[in-house]
Amino acid sequence: MTPAQTETARDADMPDDTLAALETRRLARFQARVDADEKIEPVDWMPEGYRKTLIRQISQHAHSEVVGMLPEGNWIGRAPSLRRKAVLLAKVQDEGGHGLYLYAAAETLGVTRQEMVEQLLAGTAKYSSIFNYPTLSWADIGAIGWLVDGAAIMNQVPICRCSFGPYARAMQRICKEESFHQRQGYEIMLHLSRGTAAQKQMAQEALDRWWWPSLMMFGPPDGESQHGAQGMAWKIKLVGNDELRQKFVDVTVPQADYLGLTMPDPDLRWNDATGHYAFGAIDWDEFKRVVKGGGPVSRDRMKARRKAYDDGAWVREAALAHAAKKRARRAQLADAG
Amino acid sequence: MTSAKEWPLFEVFIRSRNGLSHKHVGSLHAADQDMALDNARDVYTRRGEGVSIWVVPSAAITASDPGDKESLFEPTANKIYRHPTFYPIPDEVKNI
Repeated sequence: MTPAQTETARDADMPDDTLAALETRRLARFQARVDADEKIEPVDWMPEGYRKTLIRQISQHAHSEVVGMLPEGNWIGRAPSLRRKAVLLAKVQDEGGHGLYLYAAAETLGVTRQEMVEQLLAGTAKYSSIFNYPTLSWADIGAIGWLVDGAAIMNQVPICRCSFGPYARAMQRICKEESFHQRQGYEIMLHLSRGTAAQKQMAQEALDRWWWPSLMMFGPPDGESQHGAQGMAWKIKLVGNDELRQKFVDVTVPQADYLGLTMPDPDLRWNDATGHYAFGAIDWDEFKRVVKGGGPVSRDRMKARRKAYDDGAWVREAALAHAAKKRARRAQLADAG
Repeated sequence: MTSAKEWPLFEVFIRSRNGLSHKHVGSLHAADQDMALDNARDVYTRRGEGVSIWVVPSAAITASDPGDKESLFEPTANKIYRHPTFYPIPDEVKNI
């Protein structure tokens, strides 16, 4: 039992009104700590809603990293050079590592790894909608690094300052590693756009495919966001979806110009009055459909995850059996000695 | 889906370079301590982050209760004479 659970167990003996007063005091103290930018650690008392929101958010984030290995893994065997292959392998390995950091951070809140994996495989847990799109050409690997990892960085940098210690620490590690992902993607796009007409065409088509889904990665407009206000008060969310999306557009449009590529948005134009790029309407119906598992390759992604899980079952069991055997042998040797 | 037994949890500590102490970097699951070391190398040292790794079963760690925070750590707050700044030394006198 964790100390926080002990505290809850002690409460069981108290009359209801005393308990309610105690809860109010604890909530106020908790909010005061968050407001003062103190970090909350797993053993500290926290509102159930905070715990649940974090478990949902961190595990979704972890699932996204793990499922995110699939679209890129698709091109490891077909990378155009040994250098590109080594880079892509390193990147995909990083995504796996990021998933592990995040699962571990979520586990400190009392959920087990097994529960989270089962939620993903049963389809009850979400992951980022972006990974439900296919990678049709090598240029998609460039576009993913540049735009998808770019958007991920924008989303993730503020979370490095979030109120929950283990999540903030995991994000700091991830952000440190993620910038290589973004740069290698842009390098691929640069290479293609400086290449033959066919290569440049390939880069443009990849940009056309990934631009809108990348903008959707920031989530629905703040007015419609389900968890916005409470997340802000708890400092789980630090910057609004729309602000981050705008920042992303402002940074990436000049990068596309430099590549000589065109954003697939006829309404995109610089607005002198706001000092930002104005952009066209996002197809939120598509977003909702893809998040719910109706994306072009959603079923393939889940099939691949389930297959990996099922095929790995004997390995997980064998490793435990082998560990038990080694332990027994060590004990025997110790006795004999 | 089989609900097989989970691999136990280990805490990972890494010495980033000689002369510094091992520092907690995170945790991971492994079947035993040997695998925990291998996994820690792959998960936590992909960019030259360390020269030495410790792995400790998470169950082996005894932690202080946050409820005891006051009784454990509060008393030091009023013992300011344990800090060198408590003692005024004339400017003319050299520090050791």
